[in-house]
Amino acid sequence: MSERNAAPTADPDLDLLRQARAGDFAAFEELVGRFQGRVYGLAYRILGEPHDAEDATQQTFLSLVEHLRDFREESAVAGWVLRIAANHSLKQLRKRRGLPTVPLTDPAGEDEGYAEVPHPEVIAPWRDDPADLAERHEVRELIDRALAELDDKYRTVFVLRDIEGFSVKEAADLLGLSESNVKVRLLRARLTLREKLTRVLGDEAARVLPDHRHP
Amino acid sequence: MTCEELLKALNDYVDDEATLAVCREFADHLAGCNPCQVVVDNIRNTIRLYKAGKPYPMPAEFSARLRDALRARWEETRSGPGKRPGRE
Repeated sequence: MSERNAAPTADPDLDLLRQARAGDFAAFEELVGRFQGRVYGLAYRILGEPHDAEDATQQTFLSLVEHLRDFREESAVAGWVLRIAANHSLKQLRKRRGLPTVPLTDPAGEDEGYAEVPHPEVIAPWRDDPADLAERHEVRELIDRALAELDDKYRTVFVLRDIEGFSVKEAADLLGLSESNVKVRLLRARLTLREKLTRVLGDEAARVLPDHRHP
Repeated sequence: MTCEELLKALNDYVDDEATLAVCREFADHLAGCNPCQVVVDNIRNTIRLYKAGKPYPMPAEFSARLRDALRARWEETRSGPGKRPGRE
């Protein structure tokens, strides 16, 4: 994601953050206004329900009040805020699962392999462009439902990497996983979502059948 | 390219992070395998669709509550009895 790597001088949020750090509450409120939608969206997608998302959002901005002085200007403000939001969302998720300190790893802690990755069954080009589909209410419901049905460990990786744009390494650090595990989980999430969405959005008349088993 | 190699390559290929050699091998495979080509397109569309999703509206009642909580914490950390060293 380009904004995460943007040079601090080009960061459109840096001036506001500096003003807030100097004690300007109005500047801080403006900063909150800029990010609250994205923070809440990230939390909602990870947690899947509004009350937990509200808690994670509130904790994120309370942390910001506490840690404004800790921002080192080495990354973009947006990236910093979203990392804090991801941390609080994952913390809330673990709390809900009764696992206050355990990362979202498998008990064995071993790297997952590619052997169990699901093979595509319905293979068909989509009838419409994603940009058009995103405008349709029933498609929004479909993609929300498909995401919510994913197991936590796959949903979190997909949300962080593919929706929020964290790098594989950043996602691995946030989740306490190896990068290879993040990649395997990401592949499984992508293939599972692809399957569900293609069953509804694919062009049945143009469906293709593999002559051998692989994606 | 074995099935497992293909699966591993699939992620990197979709992300444009595959090495040149793997990328070429994968592209060669796709050229002769329409189902794989469609799966790659499907995955890219899936990611684009989620990225294009509209933000979830934050409940207005929560917005007001959040603002109050932030103001209270702001005042507490900067001037109240719980003031932290170096905060002003």
